[in-house]
Amino acid sequence: MARIRKRSIQLSKLCSFACCRSSSQDEHAQIGQKGYSRVVYCNEPDSQEQIRLRYRGNYVSTTKYTAVNFIPKSLFEQFRRVANIYFLVVACVSFSPLAPYSAPSIILPLVVVIGATMAKEGVEDWRRNLQDIEANNRKVEVYDKSSCSFRQTKWKDLRVGDLVKVCKDEYFPADLLLLSSSYEDVVCYVETMNLDGETNLKLKHALNVTSFYSSAESLKEFRAVIKCEDPNEHLYSFIGTLYFDCQQYSLSPQQILLRDSKLKNTEYIFGVVIFTGHDTKVMQNATDPPSKRTKIERRMDRIIYVLFSTLILVSFIGSLFFGIETNNDLSGGNYTRWYLRPDKTTVFFDPRRPAVAAFLHCLTGLMLYGYLIPISLYVSIEICKVLQSIFINQDQAMYDEEMDRPAHARTSNLNEELGQVHTILSDKTGTLTCNSMEFVKCSIAGTLYGRGMTEVEIALARKRGEQLTEQAPIDASESKKSIKGFNFRDERIMDGKWVSEPQSDVIQKFFRVLATCHTAVPEVMGPDEIMYEAESPDEAAFVIAAREVGFEFFARNQTSIKLRELDPTSGIRVDRVYELLHVLEFSSARKRMSVIVKNPENQLLLLAKGADSVIFERLSKEGRAYEERTKEHIEKYSEAGLRTMAVAYRELDNDEYKTWEQEFLKAKTSVSADRDVLMDELACQIERDLILLGATAVEDKLQKGVPGCIDKLARAGIGIWVLTGDKRGTAINIGYACSLLRHGMKQIVITLELPEILAQEKEGDKEAIAEASLNSIKLQILKAKSQVTEESSTEFGLIIDGKSLTYAMDKNLVNSFMDLAMRCATVICCRSSPKQKAVITRLVKSVTGRTTLAIGDGANDVGMLQEADIGVGISGVEGMQAVMASDFAIAQFRFLERLLLVHGHWCYRRISMMICYFFYKNITFGFTLFWFEAYTSFSGQPAYNDWYMSCYNVFFTSLPVIALGVFDQDVSARLCLKHPLLYQEGVRNILFNWPRILGWMFNGLLSSIIIYFLTTNSITGPAFRKDGQVADYSVLGVTMYTCVVWTVNCQMALSINYFTWIQHLFIWGSIAFWYIFLVVYGSIPPTLSTTAYKVLVEACAPSILYWLTTLLVVIAALLPLLSYRAFQIRFRPMEHDRIQIQRRRPESTEYDATQRRLSESSEARTSSELPSEFKHRCLKKSANIGIASAGLGV
Amino acid sequence: MDTNGATTSSAAGGGSTSKSSSKKHSRKPVYSRFTQQELPACKPILTPGLVISTFTIIGIIFIPLGLVSLSASEKVVEIVDRYDESCVPSDYSNDKLKFIQNPSINKSCVRTLTVPKLMKSPVFIYYQLDNYYQNHRRYVKSRSDKQLRSVSDEKSTKDCSPEDKTVDGPIVPCGLVAWSLFNDTYVFSVNSKTIEVNKHDIAWKSDKEHKFGSNVYPKNFQSGGLIGGAKLNSSVPLSKQEDLMVWMRTAALPTFRKLYGKIEQDLQANEKIQVVIQNNYNTYSFSGKKKLVLSTTSWIGGKNDFLGIAYIIVGGLCLFLAVCFILLYVIKPRPLGDPSYLSWNRSPAGHPN
Repeated sequence: MARIRKRSIQLSKLCSFACCRSSSQDEHAQIGQKGYSRVVYCNEPDSQEQIRLRYRGNYVSTTKYTAVNFIPKSLFEQFRRVANIYFLVVACVSFSPLAPYSAPSIILPLVVVIGATMAKEGVEDWRRNLQDIEANNRKVEVYDKSSCSFRQTKWKDLRVGDLVKVCKDEYFPADLLLLSSSYEDVVCYVETMNLDGETNLKLKHALNVTSFYSSAESLKEFRAVIKCEDPNEHLYSFIGTLYFDCQQYSLSPQQILLRDSKLKNTEYIFGVVIFTGHDTKVMQNATDPPSKRTKIERRMDRIIYVLFSTLILVSFIGSLFFGIETNNDLSGGNYTRWYLRPDKTTVFFDPRRPAVAAFLHCLTGLMLYGYLIPISLYVSIEICKVLQSIFINQDQAMYDEEMDRPAHARTSNLNEELGQVHTILSDKTGTLTCNSMEFVKCSIAGTLYGRGMTEVEIALARKRGEQLTEQAPIDASESKKSIKGFNFRDERIMDGKWVSEPQSDVIQKFFRVLATCHTAVPEVMGPDEIMYEAESPDEAAFVIAAREVGFEFFARNQTSIKLRELDPTSGIRVDRVYELLHVLEFSSARKRMSVIVKNPENQLLLLAKGADSVIFERLSKEGRAYEERTKEHIEKYSEAGLRTMAVAYRELDNDEYKTWEQEFLKAKTSVSADRDVLMDELACQIERDLILLGATAVEDKLQKGVPGCIDKLARAGIGIWVLTGDKRGTAINIGYACSLLRHGMKQIVITLELPEILAQEKEGDKEAIAEASLNSIKLQILKAKSQVTEESSTEFGLIIDGKSLTYAMDKNLVNSFMDLAMRCATVICCRSSPKQKAVITRLVKSVTGRTTLAIGDGANDVGMLQEADIGVGISGVEGMQAVMASDFAIAQFRFLERLLLVHGHWCYRRISMMICYFFYKNITFGFTLFWFEAYTSFSGQPAYNDWYMSCYNVFFTSLPVIALGVFDQDVSARLCLKHPLLYQEGVRNILFNWPRILGWMFNGLLSSIIIYFLTTNSITGPAFRKDGQVADYSVLGVTMYTCVVWTVNCQMALSINYFTWIQHLFIWGSIAFWYIFLVVYGSIPPTLSTTAYKVLVEACAPSILYWLTTLLVVIAALLPLLSYRAFQIRFRPMEHDRIQIQRRRPESTEYDATQRRLSESSEARTSSELPSEFKHRCLKKSANIGIASAGLGV
Repeated sequence: MDTNGATTSSAAGGGSTSKSSSKKHSRKPVYSRFTQQELPACKPILTPGLVISTFTIIGIIFIPLGLVSLSASEKVVEIVDRYDESCVPSDYSNDKLKFIQNPSINKSCVRTLTVPKLMKSPVFIYYQLDNYYQNHRRYVKSRSDKQLRSVSDEKSTKDCSPEDKTVDGPIVPCGLVAWSLFNDTYVFSVNSKTIEVNKHDIAWKSDKEHKFGSNVYPKNFQSGGLIGGAKLNSSVPLSKQEDLMVWMRTAALPTFRKLYGKIEQDLQANEKIQVVIQNNYNTYSFSGKKKLVLSTTSWIGGKNDFLGIAYIIVGGLCLFLAVCFILLYVIKPRPLGDPSYLSWNRSPAGHPN
């Protein structure tokens, strides 16, 4: 057996040498060289040669850590944070005599904090691990040569060269070469949603030579060698050669089945494993979502630096005084404070070397005042953010019934940034619009067909102030069954009546093009029901339209397309088979697609459809009969917000086709890098001299609630940019339809479609054009700017096209352009490419320095989403690619309103309050230590017991802050949406600006002063109990600490706006826990509890003075904030204060305010978009009236 | 696209095959008032009424509390006598250090105190030291709680240096705190009749019972070169050495009082009390003051005017603030929630920046 195998391999090697010589030069140059060195011995995974190559197995691990490296790696991650390093250093130094407190009391909080974060990491990674295990242990059937049959094997045991069988609806376990399938013509259908998010089916086609191996028996003899490219991340390219039976065959992506895509509509396939595990394209594509940091976090870092400086300053002051005091211990040869034994002291307290002692003391100080820096800040924030994300995910108001999809916060660290969005950059198609295309109109042979108004037209009509006839709704009710993707009403064409139209032959050709020129796949669902799987919804709409008119496309295979159409002469439906010769596929660069078919009459036809600009320039002289009128119609359509496509055809000459085909095939099979360019060129060659048939118009329906949402966002003061690939007219109209452009808004259009530029373009001097364009744009921008400055009271909408934009992005112009754009309420960039979208996003972000949010749904938005501060993906029909690149995923554009105005606002508020409060509580605590120091001659003795201190951040003050960070609401969700201007608090960052942060810090300082001085003066000195006992160090510590705990928690209670049982539990629970802690800690033996031993039970609790002092200090420490808040709410109320106050008012006045506001903006609204709140109220009111009148009647 | 891919893609799969999967389980978030953040809540707002009433209530509670505390403090009779200066013979007044450090000089000193008012029993005797840093880190740490507690831990003196051991073995009690034990003594007499000073029960019960062992006896104490303060009777266990316990409860601030004993008889007004002070303790080197304090107590403790005054001040401040706010609201009235003040009415869709 082994010998046979060996020989066959050698044979194949020989073959390959022989064969290669005959093949084309460039292919030979590529394969086997760098980057193209992979060799797969098909069906011989355990041959020596294959093993020697040592390709990776199919085991996949996506975890960040392994069991071995978890501890070191996650620890390393933790200590990348400056604050944590500080605490680690402190913990290490705490073992030295420098430490003001015992080592365990420093290490424990650090361990808790680091442990919590590591546990979180661990759990997340464990989940990934479970997924990996699941994936690795999936079963696949692998060919076993010895038994000539397939046996079940785990995915992870798959090797390169294995032959596998994949059945219907199973996932491919690795990247496979398709050998054969259950279909005779060796095709199979694949769904690649996991890769690129596209839901349509893709057709894969095996080489004809391998089609013979379609049974387990025949596979026994199968031997071949594949030489191909090395693993890479390009999903849509594959270069390789199959050496088989002494021949070589070039392989294309057509034969490759990628891991994680799914076999559909095909019983089974056989394939050879080429790439396994991490070599597969999907794994090569795996990138972590970009890690973004929020503005608040960045500012928080700066605050930490401020605190660090304070810390150093305070320690320095402390050690300065300490140095002086220590120096004084030795005065004139006498030791003054003899009880400290300065004569026999350590270096830390040596009066003979005060400078050294002071320096060392500075280190002690750094540890002692370390409480200024909240150790638990990061972990608390992380906990809060995770919980906030859960709330976002759980929000029912952001759940889409239709798609069964809730909102999903993919990253939790951007929550608060949602509350600060200054500019939204939105994609249009699929984001503002549904991307469910409906065929509504067409122009054939210069005649308009299709009536009925689109939503955009309705909006347009309303804009012009025209009275709407009630025609549209009647129209809609006319049709009994509505077909998805088809909204075309015209009795002249429908139901086979097109036959009697004057130019029925053109109509026939027109719909034949629609029915054949596509890549859709029919799925016969029932006797009269055919579904189409198409690459784009436009395409599906065309096929459906053709079907509805009477050109039913019902079957396709590799080489033919079958239509069932009406024979105009006989009037009966006949099946016609078109032989499909070539498909020249659609690409965004080509903007067109065409097919070459041979019709049953043996005519060679090239059928094309594409963007009007592209098609019109390829028309033949005689094909321009309807050009003028069609152009007119296209203009009209795009004005109505419709997507247009021109349709044309050409009859091909047999000889011309033959020569062309030869070259084309050659180009197709070449493996050179410029293959695509070559193919494009050849396609261009044949796609000329077209004859225009007409144009189609497809409506891209607006998504539900888009206008209302945009209106809200605009009223929240968020600038909205729409970046779209559409034509200007379409874009402007969509702009009106979704209230981006509003009544009374002035339009500024920047364009290069000016006569002088066009004239220059005809001359063709590229440099001259560029210069003229640049100057023109410059002029237009300056003019617009002066206009905006003059009329500062009106709102402006800026419309610019992609070409102009490239000039406006010139580095000399960009600043003035952005300046102009920032002053406009709406900016629409039409005709922009995906790359431009990303560039614009980056520019907006960098020029304004404000938060940008990009929202999009398609693969073309990925760049934009990753570039923006926040990327929001719409999990719509276009699949998951945008969602994968996004930070938040929502199902509908309108959810953005809630995501920003409610969750964003809340999260921003919560996090900023939380951070401010964190600093407050730690400054309060830290400075009481400092004041106490001043009374211990700065010796570094902390005021409190070690364990009180270490529990401060972890137990006594952390839960209320987390509750604040997770649950607090200044106003309810309903009011957030009702008062969008509230959102400006976040945009202007007024809850986290320096005055506010410093204000909180000052408040902390004030609290610490009040606490320290009131406590010491009240309780120390004379006896503090009736039995004559005086307060010692431990009693003062407990009293002061009690006051700190009370004050800090009560301040929290004062600043919380939303008290549920959780807040009550946490705040009062934390205080109660302090007492419980004291009792428990005080009851353990004195060698452990030291100064805390029985201090509450025996000393403090029986003392009335202790309780009186607590009350006094807490109230006194709360007074500053209370009076400030009372003053501020009354005389300088913030937006949320106003709303809170307004909420308290009687119902009727609130209703008035609502009504007044509504009447202001009613022009821009349709009645159906009234807030449900208002409608509800109206109903309630009318119901009340009804009841009242009923009462009167009785 | 790795695992995230796997998770979200399965989600996507659910989307496309929703016909079958939606029946099984919808991914609609479960409604609960908690997850929808609609928990019943109280949302306090600082309305003028609330502000004024809060301040007024605080004022109304605090001022009487302050008055009560002040009167309690007023009832306390306290005699304070500073004796560190006057107990130095005049010929040593320029070199007090020499005086105090010379063991051969007689340190006794007689002071006469006049009782201003009737002092009801018990009258507590305190000594007060000034500028004495019992809270110095070196000092506070220089003790061994283990050693004080049980005889078996006699040798655990690691924090006690330099008063940790002598050539004869470990010092019990070790450390600077014990070593610097206060050693002035007072003998009281009225009309040459000695007043009994009760030195029992001046320490905390927990100290006697748990912190200081009843089988731990002083050892090698004050036997080194430098004598710090008082010596201890090595036949009395530490749990009976109440002066030591009081001293070892380190004070919080550099000025502190410590209990010396109790006089369990009433002292009549205008009685002259003779105190014979053994002025042994050296506070001269760091210019600390020494005071003898006789004080009664009330429910509030000793004479403590500060608390009462502070209460009255805070209460007064609150009342003042309440008045201020009333005036402010009267002078600058604004009906609550007037729509004209609402910013969206001022600038309908304005860009505030």
